[in-house]
Amino acid sequence: MHVHLYEKIWMWAAGGLIGVFLGVTVLATVIQGRLPPSHVETIDPAQVFSDQRFATRGVVTNPDGSVTVTVVALMYSFLPNEIRVPAGAPVTFRITSPDVIHGFQIAGTNGNTMVVPGYVSQFTTTFDSPGEYLIVCNEYCGLGHHGMYATLIVEGTQ
Amino acid sequence: MIHNRRLATAHIGVAIGAFGLASFMALMQALSRANLDLPWRSAKMYYLSVTAHGVLMALVFTTFFIMGLGVAISGRALDRPLSHPRIAWAGFWLSLVGTAAAAWAILWGKATVLYTFYPPLEAHPAFYIGLTLVVVGSWLWSVVCIATYRAWHREHPDAPVPLAVHGMLATIIVWLLATVGVAAEMLFQLIPWSLGISDGVDPVLARMLFWYFGHPLVYFWLIPAYVIWYTVLPKVAGGRLFSDPLARMVFVLFIVLSTPVGFHHQFMDPGVSAGWKLLHTITTFGILFPSFVTAFTVVASLEVAGRMRGATGLFDWLGKLPWGDPLVASVLLSMILFSVGGFGGAVNAAFGMNAVVHNTAWIQGHFHLTVGTATALTFMGAAYWLVPKLVNRELELGLLARVQPYLWFVGMLLFSIANHVTGLMGMPRRVYETDYAGSAVAQQWEGLTLVSAIGGLFLFTSAAFFLLVMLGTVLAGQRSNLEPIEFAEPIEGLPVRRGVFDRIGAWVAVAIVLVVIAYAYPLIQHLQMERFPSPGFSPF
Repeated sequence: MHVHLYEKIWMWAAGGLIGVFLGVTVLATVIQGRLPPSHVETIDPAQVFSDQRFATRGVVTNPDGSVTVTVVALMYSFLPNEIRVPAGAPVTFRITSPDVIHGFQIAGTNGNTMVVPGYVSQFTTTFDSPGEYLIVCNEYCGLGHHGMYATLIVEGTQ
Repeated sequence: MIHNRRLATAHIGVAIGAFGLASFMALMQALSRANLDLPWRSAKMYYLSVTAHGVLMALVFTTFFIMGLGVAISGRALDRPLSHPRIAWAGFWLSLVGTAAAAWAILWGKATVLYTFYPPLEAHPAFYIGLTLVVVGSWLWSVVCIATYRAWHREHPDAPVPLAVHGMLATIIVWLLATVGVAAEMLFQLIPWSLGISDGVDPVLARMLFWYFGHPLVYFWLIPAYVIWYTVLPKVAGGRLFSDPLARMVFVLFIVLSTPVGFHHQFMDPGVSAGWKLLHTITTFGILFPSFVTAFTVVASLEVAGRMRGATGLFDWLGKLPWGDPLVASVLLSMILFSVGGFGGAVNAAFGMNAVVHNTAWIQGHFHLTVGTATALTFMGAAYWLVPKLVNRELELGLLARVQPYLWFVGMLLFSIANHVTGLMGMPRRVYETDYAGSAVAQQWEGLTLVSAIGGLFLFTSAAFFLLVMLGTVLAGQRSNLEPIEFAEPIEGLPVRRGVFDRIGAWVAVAIVLVVIAYAYPLIQHLQMERFPSPGFSPF
């Protein structure tokens, strides 16, 4: 098979570019631990509110200063619908749904996960900038989908 | 050969009809996005139109057009009638009945589940059964195309298959591999569940099966567009194909790499572990490669065309290309937007960055550049070239046909840029209203949502021009015997011997091995976990 010189140069360059893309992605994964939310934990969607993992929802500060936020996403709201967390502390969100699939997206940030009935979504992040953030459902969940939102308030350390 | 022509015409006719209805649904969304206070405007109509637009464009228009194109191209390139035309017609009618059933369910408000139909959103059984029939019909088409190729191959055992047919075979193989996933989802999960035979479905398993199908689906849309770019565009532009063997390599790479990539649509999913997502990330980046090669070969072929038309300088060959020809303009403009869309795709694939854009307006901005332009605009250009030959009539309303690709280009730029930017700012995709009770964050999106609506109006005007030209041609075009389909010749002449990329069976085996590596273990692992099936919900 005859391959023109320019084609060879182009293919090596394209391969190199793809290598760079992939290298950056793998390095960010390995060194910075930038993994997408991939928690594997199941839950009976019919028993969400009686399951002790989700029976009480809201913000809990752990002894080590980290924060755990437990949220139920359901048609068409988040429980609780106002979340206050401190800036600078690691915040772990744990979210599930008793009905259909929802999304949990902190608009304008990389806080983003699917919320699937039967499964518990979990991700940890740290908020550096105090302020008010908008949390939206970003997966169509029925005719009230666009009204499904909550507020996240990141409070500055005093 | 008359059979081939009628069959191709029937398929493309249905495709264009679906395109027309889907365009109207898009107009309703654009007006909704502009916050115009129209009397019919409601959340119900909005989500219904999103569902209808997605299903009719992504599943019906594309599939029927590709089936018609496959029949027209292979009939001519192999220079023989189809084997088993009755089976091909049965496939056509089955797909049409399935389309009608699904369209009924959607338009009557019984299936507002969007084109991804993630359970536990539950649609009317007619929706699932209808879409399954579309797929089964397409399987019959696949069998007929493969049988036709094999009959040709028996007569020409040592000859390499014509490049256009090589590409169509790749399309068919990708489709057959991919549809295994959606067929399993339909037959084992959604149809029994919607009929009340089973009580619940596992939504993550459904998403795994859907995206096993859903990503190779985009290559099923893209490869036929590449067939046009490689084999038709250089001919119509007055040039030659720069490299035949590399084009075959590209098609083979799609066969091998299209399927083991689906988890990149599930980066944000719980219940799928990060290691498998990373493996699919690597294969996803791999599949950028054939598109980079395509960019070189097609642009080089265009340079050849420009020089054969008299260009002598470094870049003046660009100006010598026939930008007024509807096929050439459509394909050139779709290539420009696809190069932007391709880099956006690399962002989506990038594991960490995906969290910023997942399910935001960025995504609809992205795929309207890829399937919505690279595929759809190329197919419109192909229709200007092919339909007159199929119905033996001259293209009517040629001025509209010449303007239409440019309108699409401008409309898509406005629509896509606005959606990419609002997506980065955090606006979710597919929401009826974007004000979130006056939230300060949401107010920043406002001007740009209007830009996207204006883009939508350009696109609808462009779609309407396309439909007028098609209707005018079929109904009122001047009868004439046009020259048959012709394909571009490679610069080095047609290949005489079968090469490594013509051993398609061997490459299919490689593809199957990769699919097993990418999916078998995570699926088995998933099925062994304690899982809780969901009952259905129909909140529409």
